[in-house]
Parts: sequence; structure tokens; C-alpha cells
Amino acid sequence: MRNKGWALAGLAAGALVVTSCAGVGSKDDAGGKAGSAGSTPTGTLNVMGFSGEDEVAQSRIAAFKAAYPSVTVKNNKGDFDAQQFLTAVSSGNAPDVVYMARNLVGTYAAKGAILPLDDCIKNNDIDTGQYREAALNEVKLKDKTYGIPEFYTVTVNLINSTALASTGVQTADIQTTDWDKLEQTAKKLYKAKNGRPARIGYDPRMPDFFPLWALNNGVELIKPGGEPNLNDPKAVEALTYAIKLVNDQGGWSNFKTFRDTFDIFGEKNQFTQDQLAVMPIENWYLNVLLDSRRNGLKLQSTMFTDRQGKPISTLGGSAWVVPKGAKNPDAACKWAKTLTAVDTWQKAAEARMQTVAKDKTFFTGLFTGNKVADEQIKAKYLKPSGDPGFDQAISNYYASLDVAKPLNPSPAGAEIEAAWKNAVGKALGGKATPQAALDAAQTEAKAAFDKASQG
Amino acid sequence: MPRSELVRRENRAGWFFVLPWVVGFLVFTAGPMIASLVLSFTDYQMIRSPNPVGFDNYRALFDDPRVLKSLSNTFVYAAMFVPLGTVAALGLALMLQRVGRASGFFRTAFYLPEMTPAVAAGAMFLLLLNGQQGLVNKVLGWFGINGPNWTTDPNWLKPSLAIVSLWTLGGTVVIYLAALNGVPRQLYEAAELDGAGPITRLFRITVPMISGALFFTVITNTIAAMQMFDQAYTMFYGPQQKAAASEESLVYMVYLFQNAFQFFKMGFASAMAWLLFVIILAITFVQVRIGNRYVYYHGER
Repeated sequence: MRNKGWALAGLAAGALVVTSCAGVGSKDDAGGKAGSAGSTPTGTLNVMGFSGEDEVAQSRIAAFKAAYPSVTVKNNKGDFDAQQFLTAVSSGNAPDVVYMARNLVGTYAAKGAILPLDDCIKNNDIDTGQYREAALNEVKLKDKTYGIPEFYTVTVNLINSTALASTGVQTADIQTTDWDKLEQTAKKLYKAKNGRPARIGYDPRMPDFFPLWALNNGVELIKPGGEPNLNDPKAVEALTYAIKLVNDQGGWSNFKTFRDTFDIFGEKNQFTQDQLAVMPIENWYLNVLLDSRRNGLKLQSTMFTDRQGKPISTLGGSAWVVPKGAKNPDAACKWAKTLTAVDTWQKAAEARMQTVAKDKTFFTGLFTGNKVADEQIKAKYLKPSGDPGFDQAISNYYASLDVAKPLNPSPAGAEIEAAWKNAVGKALGGKATPQAALDAAQTEAKAAFDKASQG
Repeated sequence: MPRSELVRRENRAGWFFVLPWVVGFLVFTAGPMIASLVLSFTDYQMIRSPNPVGFDNYRALFDDPRVLKSLSNTFVYAAMFVPLGTVAALGLALMLQRVGRASGFFRTAFYLPEMTPAVAAGAMFLLLLNGQQGLVNKVLGWFGINGPNWTTDPNWLKPSLAIVSLWTLGGTVVIYLAALNGVPRQLYEAAELDGAGPITRLFRITVPMISGALFFTVITNTIAAMQMFDQAYTMFYGPQQKAAASEESLVYMVYLFQNAFQFFKMGFASAMAWLLFVIILAITFVQVRIGNRYVYYHGER
């Protein structure tokens, strides 16, 4: 009996040790320990969340290694994984620099999982003016900067002109200004066979693109300051319309089932197979489509606009952040600086051009999040490709750069996202009206936001 | 040598032999369990140290409608999977028992899916169950059945999960097969002489005689069903799918995982884990009570 008691006491103590370990780490700014611009970092730099497979990533890693040969870079390849990251940080094995989507930065900053980089920026003379303002705003929380932004993902309509030609729809009809007209166009382009979709006319990309449709209707799902705004009448209206588009084209469950059969990354994708006429999609997809040209893809593109006809786009991208407990913040800071510097992007663009030449394709633009780099690269490398449809798409993406708007950062970003995605899913599946679903989501998200802003 | 000395030495040897298990149990099972119990009374966001909050997390369980929703999803799934799985496994075991030639091959073949990672099975079934192009609906189509949208229709998500779980029934089949081989032949012969048909023999002899195995698998499968995570996560919450995930496929463990690692609510997630523990304990208790009335054990008189 006594032995049992001791065993239990031991376990309890063990549990306490386990839990209190989580508290390890300082409240220091990442730059506090970081050296100045001239200092030479040494030691190991553990990188997390960066797949770094393509030539753009490889050339930038090489640029860092060339600039700081005394640092050993250990890249734990693979995309950012919340569980992996949190367990690493809370067990005291934090990586030094982490690559994550910018929309996560607010949440992680609010929880104290990542460190402000203001001193890092100051001590290393990082010119934040070179980054696009919208990207920089995404990584700020309460006037502190928590990340160094890179990449800039914007959205335009991509069109399979084969479908247009077969239905007599004009490229100019592919617009999001006039909802009724878009609905008519979608119906015209939609094709069914045996009661199931055979070609989707216009895919509004629900649920992921709900923020874009909200923006189309003139409303942001997260207010500046981070408060959720999910059941704004205009957001409800946008969701109702997007669902109507889906219901016009087979209804959600048929629509989604059909969409699941698309081989999005294959050479025989939904465009070449004429399974889809139009969808709004991000710029990276152009590179995927390059290979589809030999399977008969005839691409066209229009801008995505709001209902007043003004071009709009949502904005995505990544950021370099330094987690709490990072052991080499100096090297981490210089890593973030080097990888996002104009010179480095130049090298990345050179590497991209080599790949392009080798594959006998063409350059589709590089959207770095760094304004200066973007302009230089565009001026130097962007040439007419000989495919007017692609040229139009590329120019549309470039035009979207200046209008793109991210969701505002919020300390409850993760919960807000989960809430609206869940609501949109419920409304699409017919389990709740858009109003009821978004009302519930707003209540939930607001509670999370209130809690997150207190502590 | 005095007897007590011998006993002590044997005891010591005994402890020595079970030591690896004891250490494993303490470090990997009891330790985390107690840690999670402690955490369930704290507000722990993984990064800062835990902050005691008393019973707040347990109270929050009742305020969060999704806890109830995910729990009822899990119950519905378990209520489909456990009976379906038991019947299917028993059917397969009865067939396997009759296979004369190449029985080793068939046994291996039916057990193999157990070796497939649940994640791979989930990904594969997403293709098989696709309402438009999937093999399942194609085969149903041959019989003139217009199959549902298994993976996208909110009403069919839980049945789909149950079907995917049937894939890993090999373990249960093997247990039933062993039990079936333990049923004395003379019972069947006697019944046959008395004119009992195959159905009567199945329900009057086979099922009662293997009731111990049935009982065991029903309990373990129920527990496994309550804790189901992999299939639901890969099929509906993986990187490709999570945006379109419907609340109807949100099983308890997936919601627990989301709370722990997406929303930083480790304390709340721990409380969820303990709620599930209590529920499973209660279900198992009821099953044992019912089981004791009907189950036959060979060792008993």
C-alpha cells in the first residue's frame, strides 16, 4: 500500500515537471539577443515549415549559405504543422525560424508563441519599406511586427475558352459585377449528364473563397482590429448568392462530388477535360497549367471585381517568424532578411528562368511580396509568351497585386476561420440557412475573440 | 533456505521480468493520463505555463454545442460500425472456416488490410466512394442502384466512415476464426442428428459457444469506435478536404484534436478526453453487466 502511494506521488510530480517545462523560454524580443547588421551569426539554424523544393527556394537557401558560411542550416522539410510546432515550442525544442501562412501569425503572436521582430528589424537594418504594405500589415499585431513577409498570392478568373466557344459565351461575360448576369452565364456554361454535372460553368470555390465573395459584396469578414464580422448582412447576402450559384449547378453534394474528381495538378485537368469553364484561382496555378497547353488548353482570364466593377482580390502568402525559445535568433533574423532581400529574389528569378528555359515553357511572373524585387524581375524577365491567353492572365495577376486585401489579422484568427468554414459548410449542405449559420458562427467567433484579446 | 526468502526472491524476479512493462506503463500511459487530468483543471495554451481554473473546462463542455454534436456523431458512427462490423466479421470467419484449400492464403488476405495505415485506407476510400466516379457507385449502378454522394452528402458521411472502418476488420475475423475452431464438433453432430438446420445450429450452438469472443470484440470495437480519429481526419479534415468539412463528420476525437492543436485549448481538450473516458467506462460497464448474463466461458461450469 505504501509503495503504491509513493508511485502515485512520483507520477504526480512527473506530471508537474512535464507541464511546467512548457513554461520555459524568455519573453525577450527575438532581436534582443540578436546581433547588429554587421555581426556574424554562428551555430546551427533550425528551420521549420519550409518545404524548399523548387529552384526559387533552393537558390535562396544557397544565397543565405553563401552569405553566412559559419551557420549550419538544418531544414526540417515539410509544410507547417501546428501540432509539430506547438509541441516543439512547449517542450523546449523550438526551431529557430518558422515558415507559416501569414493569416496564422496573429493567432500565434497573441498566444505568445512567436516573438516580435521589431528589434531584429532595427538592429539588422531590414528595410520594411520594400515589402508590400498589405503583406506587412498581416504580420502586425498591436503595433508590433511578428514576421517578415514573402510571397503574394492573388486571385483572378481563369477561363477555359473551349467551354465558352461551345456555348457562345463571350469572355466579357465572365464578370462578377452583375450577379444576375453571372448566374445566367454560369447556367449557360453548366452541362449535366444523367442528373449529374458534366461541366461546371462557374465555380465560386466555396467554402474556401467565402472571404472573396464577402469582399465582392463590399464587406470584410474580420474588422480592422481583429473582431469577427461574420454575420454582417452583406456577408450573409454574399453567402446566399454563392450558394445559389452552386445550387444552379447541381447542388452542393453533386457539385462537390464532381469537383473531387478533378485532377487539378495533372496535365489532364478540369480545363483540358472541359469539366470546368471558369473559376477564380490564385497565381501559382498558372505554372501548373503550363503543361496543359499541349493537351489543348486555351486559357483566358478576367479580373475578379466587386459589384461596382472595381478589381479586387484576396491575399495570401507566407512569413518568417521566430518562435519563443529559439536558440539562434540572430541567425534566424538574418535568414529572414536574406531570403526576402531584393538581391536574393533576383537570384531566385534567375534560377526560375533557367528552369523555364530547360522545360521550354515561359515565365509566368514571380510575386515575392517585395515590391522592389517584383518590379525589377518583371521588367527584366517578363516577355510576351506567344500565348495571348496566358499573357492576359499574367497581366491580370500583376494588376491584382495593388488591389489585393488580406483578412485582417486577429488574435482569434484560427477560431474565426474555423467558425466561418463550418458555417459555410452547414449552409452549403442545407443544414442551416446562411443567416442562421453565420449568426451562430459570429457568436462563437466573437466569444473566442473576446477571450483571446483579454489574455 | 527459509521459505520467505525464496518467496522474496521469486517476487523480485517477477518484478524484474515485468519491469519493462511497468516502466512503459508508467511513462507512456499512466504519466500522460495523470498529466492530462491535471491539465484538465487548467487553462493551458501550450506556450505559457498552465493556469489553474478549477472546473471551468468541465463546465465549458456543456456550453459548447459542438461537444454534444461531435459526441452524437461518434455514437451514431459506433452504433453503425459495431453491429455491422460484428456481423460482417462473423460472416467472413464462418466462410474462412470452411475454406479447405489455400486457407492460409485467405486468412492472410483478410488480415492484410489491418496492416494498411488507416490514413492510406482513408485516402483510397475517398476515391472508391466518390459518388460520380467511385467504384462503389459504379458497381451499385450495375444493379440499377443510384448510389448516394458518400463523401459529400452530409447524411451519408457517417455511413461512409463506418464502411471505411470495415476495411480493418481482419483482427476481429481472426479472433472469431480461432473461437469457431474451438467449438466442439460433437455438438454440431448431435444437433444434426436431432434435425437442426444450419440456421438453428448457428444461433443455438455457434453463437452461444463463441459468445466470449463476440463479447470481447464488441467491447474493444466499441471503444475503438468511440476513439476513431484517423479515417475521419484523413477523409474530411486533411489538407485537401478540411475547408469543405461538414459538421456531420466531426467525430469526438477530431474535435478534441482541433481544440488541442488548432485552438490552443489544451486544458479543454484534456477535459474532453476525460469526459470520453467516463463515457467509455460507463458503456463498457453496461456491456459487462449485460454480457455476464449471456456470455458463456469455457472455464465455467
